[in-house]
Amino acid sequence: MGSITLKNVSKVFGDAKVIPSIDLEINDGEFVVFVGPSGCGKSTLLRLIAGLEDVSGGSILIDGKDVTGNAPAERGLAMVFQSYALYPHMSVRNNIAFPLKMAKMDKAAIDKKVTDAAKVLNLTDYLERRPGQLSGGQRQRVAIGRAIVREPSAFLFDEPLSNLDASLRGTMRLEISELHQQLKTTMVYVTHDQVEAMTMADKIVVLNRGNIEQVGSPLDLYNNPRNLFVAGFIGSPRMNLIEGTYAQSKGAKTAGIRPEHIAISRDNGLWTGTVTVAEHLGSDTFLHINSEVGTINVRTSGELGFHHGDKVFLTPDETKLHRFDDKDLRIGG
Amino acid sequence: MARKITTQSKIGWTILAWVVALVIFFPILYAFITSLKTEPEAIDGFSLIPSGTFENYIAVQTQRDYFKPFMNSVVLSIGSTILALIFAIPAAWAMAFAPGRRTKDILMWMLSTKMMPAVAVLLPIYILFRNFGLLDTRIGLTIMLTLINLPIVVWMLYTYFREIPGEILEAARMDGASLWKEIVYVLTPMAVPGIASTLLLNIILAWNEAFWTIQLSTTNAAPLTAFIASFSSPQGLFWAKLSAASTMAIAPILILGWFSQKQLVRGLTFGAVK
Amino acid sequence: MATQNTKTLARLMMAPSIIALFVWMVVPLSMTLYYSFQNYNLLTPQTVSFGGFFNYQYFYTDPAFFQAIWNTLVLVLGVLAITVIGGIAIALLLDQPIFGQGIVRILVISPFFVMPPVAALIWKNMIMHPSYGVLADLARFFGMQPIDWFSQYPLFSVIVIVAWQWLPFATLILLTALQSLDGEQKEAAEMDGANFFNRFIHLTLPHLSRAITVVILIQTIFLLGIYAEILVTTNGGPGYASTNLTFLIYRTARLGYDVGGGAAGGIIAVVLANFVAFFLMRAVGKNLDR
Repeated sequence: MGSITLKNVSKVFGDAKVIPSIDLEINDGEFVVFVGPSGCGKSTLLRLIAGLEDVSGGSILIDGKDVTGNAPAERGLAMVFQSYALYPHMSVRNNIAFPLKMAKMDKAAIDKKVTDAAKVLNLTDYLERRPGQLSGGQRQRVAIGRAIVREPSAFLFDEPLSNLDASLRGTMRLEISELHQQLKTTMVYVTHDQVEAMTMADKIVVLNRGNIEQVGSPLDLYNNPRNLFVAGFIGSPRMNLIEGTYAQSKGAKTAGIRPEHIAISRDNGLWTGTVTVAEHLGSDTFLHINSEVGTINVRTSGELGFHHGDKVFLTPDETKLHRFDDKDLRIGG
Repeated sequence: MARKITTQSKIGWTILAWVVALVIFFPILYAFITSLKTEPEAIDGFSLIPSGTFENYIAVQTQRDYFKPFMNSVVLSIGSTILALIFAIPAAWAMAFAPGRRTKDILMWMLSTKMMPAVAVLLPIYILFRNFGLLDTRIGLTIMLTLINLPIVVWMLYTYFREIPGEILEAARMDGASLWKEIVYVLTPMAVPGIASTLLLNIILAWNEAFWTIQLSTTNAAPLTAFIASFSSPQGLFWAKLSAASTMAIAPILILGWFSQKQLVRGLTFGAVK
Repeated sequence: MATQNTKTLARLMMAPSIIALFVWMVVPLSMTLYYSFQNYNLLTPQTVSFGGFFNYQYFYTDPAFFQAIWNTLVLVLGVLAITVIGGIAIALLLDQPIFGQGIVRILVISPFFVMPPVAALIWKNMIMHPSYGVLADLARFFGMQPIDWFSQYPLFSVIVIVAWQWLPFATLILLTALQSLDGEQKEAAEMDGANFFNRFIHLTLPHLSRAITVVILIQTIFLLGIYAEILVTTNGGPGYASTNLTFLIYRTARLGYDVGGGAAGGIIAVVLANFVAFFLMRAVGKNLDR
């Protein structure tokens, strides 16, 4: 129905090998998130799947069929763009109807589909408006509506929430997740925000400079990061990475411990340090501590009342310690 | 500015500006006023108040068939503009949305053809036109006007097309639109303001072109430029009638020009000034 | 952004325009080059013969030729001077707060839209005419003898007409550039203690330099080919006093039916245009790259 396979896919722009080689399986109905820093190639990969760019090598299969040479329209996919890319000169109704019109569907059928989609997305009252008259969230829903009516094998999302303000982003995240539950169609979602990735994905693909660093479920990546990059990328605030004698004593070049896995005390502990900055969020407090093993971030409960200048003791939970060798790869399971 | 804009200083500048503006505009104004005078009035010393007669406008048509060159100007301007657009829209599309490594060079080369001195190819063109029976024909002149303005039309459309977000065209592609449908249903509607502006500017440039239209026409296809130029010798229309002919010749373009200041800057400075 | 699908199509879409312009350039230009080496007169088309560099020699030894080159230079520089300086001045004026800005702008840009023959005739008959022109009336008003502009100062008269037509262009460009000058920069300069003159020299003028460059470049290209204004007023005379290179070639070719000579002149014009363009682009290229 909506499985996508990438075999040895590569992409070259001029002299730059943006994507050296990628193999990936996306199963039907999965919500897959491509995540990574700017320039890692996640958007490029999405566009290769969409057919908006040609691959330089390798093949792309949708439901077992090789679509590598096919135009975007022939792949049966739908895309929601970062800027929504709505047709400014058409009404909401015509925007949503456009793909159906291109498919030469008859008018009655088109009308029904548009009305249904509008109902699902709460756009019924806005059908005759132009995109310029809509708010950001409404525009996004129109973009989604335009994608839904095509009944594609898979939805492609290119950083759809980046242009929304923070409060709206949270709501839309839920809506998209709910949409996925409802339609059960494959969704491939690109974002640089690892919070979106963690909360929405069935499977996360972490990309860095055109290479896949790791593929796995959110908790997989959180608990067992395959290398230093993934360890530092997933999880907010960042995992603490410690080198030197402490790491060596654990048989690794770098040791990692997440802020929430460090116990803090005023009396005793493994390391000592001074609080430089205390960020009070109310529910949690994040402390930045200058210690003998470097700057350490610690997450504590909001009620413990540590402040700038306090002398503290830190004890990492050794069962939650991550170890990485001199090739930055994970040691142990 | 932080300094106070006193009404006094504003009035001062206003007076100066209006004086300068009226001095610059004066020749046009005076021609219009003269067109409303009788011939004896016209040469009877300086006067800003005409008797308000329209006899000259009528005489220009009855004595000299003003309508013919006027229609020629209209046909040539609109015809060459449409022809230029037919060539230029696809070219500008290709350059704006599917640029290659050579695109910028090709564009620069196109603009450079406009820098070629017309007089250098005067004779070959004249001879070619004569041999192909294109002299003094509307078709011939239309082709010439299209060729000399094509670089500017391509350039202007290119700049307007580049302002259309590429993602919207990609969305159309994903929505199943073939290239043709993409151009018809999405690109062209969004580009209409830009195309209109380019159309406007090109009509102005074609209407006012005063080299090829004079060289390659005699009687049948002569537009207003050639028509007016033929009155350079003393025999011919006298001043009041000449003023009427002039006023009619420039009025349409003057009005179009008032509305196309922005287009002028865009089209003729090749984007170097925003 | 493009896929292979669109790339080939793109080439096809550019092809007609490129081919049209290429043919338009190459065919006539090569014909001109060919003719320039021929003794070919339209009055005696049967006696065409190879002339070698005769035509070029003819031009080189023709006193009218150097006069024409000189006139071309004076014409271009004269118009440039008037339009650039005048353009800056008027642009500064229009940038001030004034009542009726819109109408003032329209009045100022009007001359640019008047076709050259009309502009020339209005100036010739209504303004500069020694008997019936406005300037003559003005002279008589002050008890002076009216000047016969086109007889006594033919080139200057043409310069005035052409400058009148192009002043709006320069003004419009410079005004657009002027209005893009960040207001905050001006305020910062004021706070730094710069008076109007200082601000003009150190802030405004450098900001305008790019626009001035563009104005000079574009205008020069058009001014080399001034034709209709001369045709309608002086016909290049008296003698060759107001003949520029374009007009000289026109005369040779069309009025003298001298294809060979006209062609040689045409080649010279192309060389001159390239020459000017090259030095202009060089002197100005760094300005534009900024």
